[in-house]
Amino acid sequence: MSFSSRSESDRILKWRHFKSAAFRVICNVSTWVGIVVLILMMIGVFQKAIGSLDWAFLTRFDSYDPKRTGVFAGLWGCFWLMLFTGLLGIPVSVAAAIYLEEYSKKGWLTQIIQMNISNLAGVPSIVYGILGLTIFVRYLQLGSGVLSGALTMAILIMPIIIIASQEALRSVPQSLRHASLALGATKWQTIWYQVLPASVPGIMTGVILALSRAIGETAPLIVVGAAIYISQTPGRSESPTELITDPSKIADVPSSGFTVLPLQIYNYSTTAKLAFRNEAAAAIVVLLVLLLIMNGVAIFIRNHFQKKLKW
Amino acid sequence: MVTSPMEMSTFAELVRKRPPYEPTGQSVANSDETALPKLEVKHLDFFYDKNVQVLFDVNMRIPSQSVMALIGPSGCGKSTFLRTLNRMNDIVEGTTHAGDILLDGIDIFARSIDVVALRKRVGMVFQKSNPFPKSIYDNIAFGPRLAGEKNKKVLDEKVEQSLKQAALWDEVKDRLKKSALALSGGQQQRLCIARTLATTPEVILMDEPASALDPASTAKIEDLIFELKQEYTIVIVTHNMQQAARVSDYTGFFYQGKLIEVGETKSLFTKPQQKQTEDYITGRFG
Repeated sequence: MSFSSRSESDRILKWRHFKSAAFRVICNVSTWVGIVVLILMMIGVFQKAIGSLDWAFLTRFDSYDPKRTGVFAGLWGCFWLMLFTGLLGIPVSVAAAIYLEEYSKKGWLTQIIQMNISNLAGVPSIVYGILGLTIFVRYLQLGSGVLSGALTMAILIMPIIIIASQEALRSVPQSLRHASLALGATKWQTIWYQVLPASVPGIMTGVILALSRAIGETAPLIVVGAAIYISQTPGRSESPTELITDPSKIADVPSSGFTVLPLQIYNYSTTAKLAFRNEAAAAIVVLLVLLLIMNGVAIFIRNHFQKKLKW
Repeated sequence: MVTSPMEMSTFAELVRKRPPYEPTGQSVANSDETALPKLEVKHLDFFYDKNVQVLFDVNMRIPSQSVMALIGPSGCGKSTFLRTLNRMNDIVEGTTHAGDILLDGIDIFARSIDVVALRKRVGMVFQKSNPFPKSIYDNIAFGPRLAGEKNKKVLDEKVEQSLKQAALWDEVKDRLKKSALALSGGQQQRLCIARTLATTPEVILMDEPASALDPASTAKIEDLIFELKQEYTIVIVTHNMQQAARVSDYTGFFYQGKLIEVGETKSLFTKPQQKQTEDYITGRFG
């Protein structure tokens, strides 16, 4: 009797250990699925890109001849679009998050705003394109330039940054705020000197996510009227040194027509000439590198602040 | 808000059982009756919500350069009372109060009082040490910098002086630029005291400053309180009655939101006037 019940409990124990091991394997495999797919995609893209990717590809404008095409316009377009999107979108989003977390009274109105922000994060990007077209291009008469594109993109990334920033602000312990207030700091001084620095790492994570999304978007920009084929950079500034020697060109950037890398990739991959497929792959590699650089900068800023915070 | 009849009756019973409340607050500091007390609390009621009253008609006089200890069981309102003294409760939504708190004879709830200026005069040390995630130096310099001090030399002096006052200087003088969070719990709490001192307050409120510390660190904090009362008026909330007896000149006993008894520490602990006080300090409840 006692013997049989022991073997029974042994059996159950073995089964429990098996389940535990099996779960570990499932999680492990799931992780590798993502990594393997990414690596396969990269290999495919790099194989196609390798023949077309050279310095000339980066410094030439688009062309109907696959041998003479390049992403110069798209690169500059991405640079300006991201710069303006960041400048317009990040401060407003962080300020909104500060208001919601630090100032607003918790009531039904705040709840409605909060719910809307969460929903906006999930709205298809083309809807933002239509909004941008209606408000910025048509109603405010800003034209189909970098500014309209950046404003549209800024609105698109706002919910992402707001939510991440709120999360970051919320994770700052209340005791820090109390300490600051008790020392005679105003609410603003408390936020500016204590709460914000402590939440920069979290905010930057949101910024990385948001800009990564923005740099890959095509649909809203097509709707807003970004060019697919253009042989001119925004403001006709074609080198970083030029921006310093002739800053007046920057003033022309907001109203200039533009294209971005994803649009060029889209264009390449839909043309009939098969040779353009390789150019598309090359442009994808450029976009990936650009994304890595951008995220690298953001991570650098994040780590810098993390180190400055002497947790 | 609906309270069940059961709860109502128990509450009513409790109220009935309690001896009639006679505020003894007016008699405190009778040695110095004529002098203006540093802090004077008159008929203070405090509510967290319209329906949740946590302080009932509290009256208290706290003379200058003395230590007032507040004792009482958990949830008796002593911490809430402490936080009204520098209006830290303002940041909690929905709180209201009635009655006056006079600092040097001027009502701190008056419209003319700037709460930021008030908190500079009435500093606070919290139960859990809460240094900023910055260097030791920046922690201390934060208060003076808020007030607009930019001169490096003045700040250096202020930091050194405050740390010396808090008996921490010798332990940290070689690592002022290191993180304050690398300090031990006791050192962190003394850092928080030094940080408060750097804003040159007149009153220092302490909310169980030693409750999370080991006996050695606690002894250091107590010595410090003894030193500081030469210059400052100190109000300290404590769970530890021996501590109250050791460090304070006056003691107030809170129970269920009421100040049951307040008086000189010695007489309160040896000859309590109220039955509840006696029960509490002899350990029969709380």
